[in-house]
Amino acid sequence: MAREPINRETTSELVRQFGAKPEMLVQVLQAIVMRHGWIPEETIRQLASELNLSRADVYGVVNYYHDFRTEPPGEHIVKICQAEACQAMGSRALTDHARESLRTDMHGTHNDITLEPVYCLGNCACAPAVMIDGKTHGRVTPDRLNELVGTMKESR
Amino acid sequence: MSVTKIYVPRETSAVSVGADEVAIEIAREAKRTGARIELIRNGSWGATWLEPLVEVEVGGMRIAYGNVSASDVPGLFAAGLVDGGEHDCRLGPINEVPYLINQDRWTFWRCGLIDPLSLEDFRLHQGFKALEKAFVDGAAVVVDAVTESGLRGRGGAGFPTGIKWRTVAETEADQKYIACNADEGDSGTFSDRLLMEGDPLGLIESMAIAGFAVGASKGYVYLRSEYPLTYSILARALDIAREGGWLGTNIQDSGFDFDIELHLGAGSYVCGEETAMLESLEGKKGIVRYKPPLPAHEGLFGKPTVVNNVVTLGSVPNIVNLGSERYSEMGVNRSKGTLAFQLAGNIRRGGLVEKSFGITLRELIDDWGGGTASGRPVKAVQVGGPLGAYLSAEQLDITLDYEAFIDIGAMIGHGGIVVFDDTVDMAQQARFAMEFCAIESCGKCTPCRIGSTRGVEVIDRMIAGENREENYDLLVELCDTMEAASLCAMGGMTPYPVRSVLNHFAEDFASSGDDK
Repeated sequence: MAREPINRETTSELVRQFGAKPEMLVQVLQAIVMRHGWIPEETIRQLASELNLSRADVYGVVNYYHDFRTEPPGEHIVKICQAEACQAMGSRALTDHARESLRTDMHGTHNDITLEPVYCLGNCACAPAVMIDGKTHGRVTPDRLNELVGTMKESR
Repeated sequence: MSVTKIYVPRETSAVSVGADEVAIEIAREAKRTGARIELIRNGSWGATWLEPLVEVEVGGMRIAYGNVSASDVPGLFAAGLVDGGEHDCRLGPINEVPYLINQDRWTFWRCGLIDPLSLEDFRLHQGFKALEKAFVDGAAVVVDAVTESGLRGRGGAGFPTGIKWRTVAETEADQKYIACNADEGDSGTFSDRLLMEGDPLGLIESMAIAGFAVGASKGYVYLRSEYPLTYSILARALDIAREGGWLGTNIQDSGFDFDIELHLGAGSYVCGEETAMLESLEGKKGIVRYKPPLPAHEGLFGKPTVVNNVVTLGSVPNIVNLGSERYSEMGVNRSKGTLAFQLAGNIRRGGLVEKSFGITLRELIDDWGGGTASGRPVKAVQVGGPLGAYLSAEQLDITLDYEAFIDIGAMIGHGGIVVFDDTVDMAQQARFAMEFCAIESCGKCTPCRIGSTRGVEVIDRMIAGENREENYDLLVELCDTMEAASLCAMGGMTPYPVRSVLNHFAEDFASSGDDK
């Protein structure tokens, strides 16, 4: 999954698209994460100035929400649902399998693949559910996860 | 040769198990065989266990094929798919599929039926009829109808919708808002998503009716970021509605102005709480507000705001079209109308069942769900999301009725039903309830922020077999404190699942580790 590089111009452009209003902060940050994968320190300073907020305000919001990463993730992001409906269908075992096969713990990155927990993808009748690079998959067995990860690596 | 319509859902669950690949393969095979088809990406009917569910229109009838994979497609064409030919996947006419015919589809009736992104199809199926009727009847009549219908908030709290609308309508302000809560974070729930993906124009109409009824000119949809497909469908539907003159200024020459902004969440569960959602819509941390003031008086940007769940809003057009009595005739006691129950977890036939209140949990799990997917006995059923109690196999004859659930220390919530078989370790489920609260707490109040972490520690000690009785008493006391002193349902209801495990599955603590 190729991500666009982030710089002052791309950030300013997003602020323009959403409107330079403080209430757009969450929307702008979400758009930044979706395009670039994470939020660098300089971007936080820039947003504070462009949205007329204090840096503490922006830091607070960035730290509050799970989606707002402040470190660059791997090229691919694998999220495994940890919520109850998926637990009932073996997500704990699937998570153990993912940790072993991807050789990283939750929130870690190995071989450019980041593993993260997610609490419900709304795919609870097709549990267990996994999201890979923004696409939701259902009825995921350990074998199926291996397949999906294999396809993902080929797409590089 | 005429063109045959083939329907393949573009809905998260269907797509998660291969619907896009099936659609591509159907287009390819049609081209190869020279079959003239029109491929329609509909929403899902909600029979999720049959996804990908493909339909072919033959002689005015839609013939369904269930659990179709891309590799089935050449065989399906060879078997005469375009004429509704016989095949292992063939289920017969969609309106004879037992899972679907015994439902009371009031809110979800267009889901699966129509092309969600066709204004023409929507209009052919009553689309915007209720808004037009509202313009004729007037705002007060609409508020009365919603009040008389007995509709209660389907997000989980069950507050009477009519009272909320009336409060906002009667509050004087230069600006009012409709805020649609689409932050469907409860595990085991997907009804909001199914409705937004299958009938997005229906939600737009519902919000416009709400805006007209209370005098609000602006609406927001707060959608969770875990639903990217929903986002693209809803964003497109908003454009379609604007292009068609159903959003914007002076809608259809009614003199009524209304537009909707689509906002994304950022992975915070507590933003499903209405005041935390309002904070997030204002671009801030999703931290719960003190109430009062109620959002109906001082909501978004301090203005009177109707905060309603997607399904609540979606129930309104038919109340306007068919009358409040038709709605209130369904259901039992103070639980009027229908609820979209969602069968999830370890269940053979998972999916959405819209039924009148009053049926039993056992009927839903056995008659619709067909028992567990694993074929093992049901041990526990969590109703109402991560803050809902676990019911034991002995409690399944309970009637689906808000008050009946409250009476046994449980809640219906948003209608999610998560089934577990007898391999589940309930001590781990109690631990998870506390752990989830610790992860998701907004941190404003101490019982929730600290209590949840202490809860995990106490449960860990119980699981390890340390001073089990003392720790049991401590956990009960902690639950009492969290329930009594938390600011919102996050900390206030996390004790529900924990207590239910202590009350009905205490043996699972005893079996893990030896008492020291």
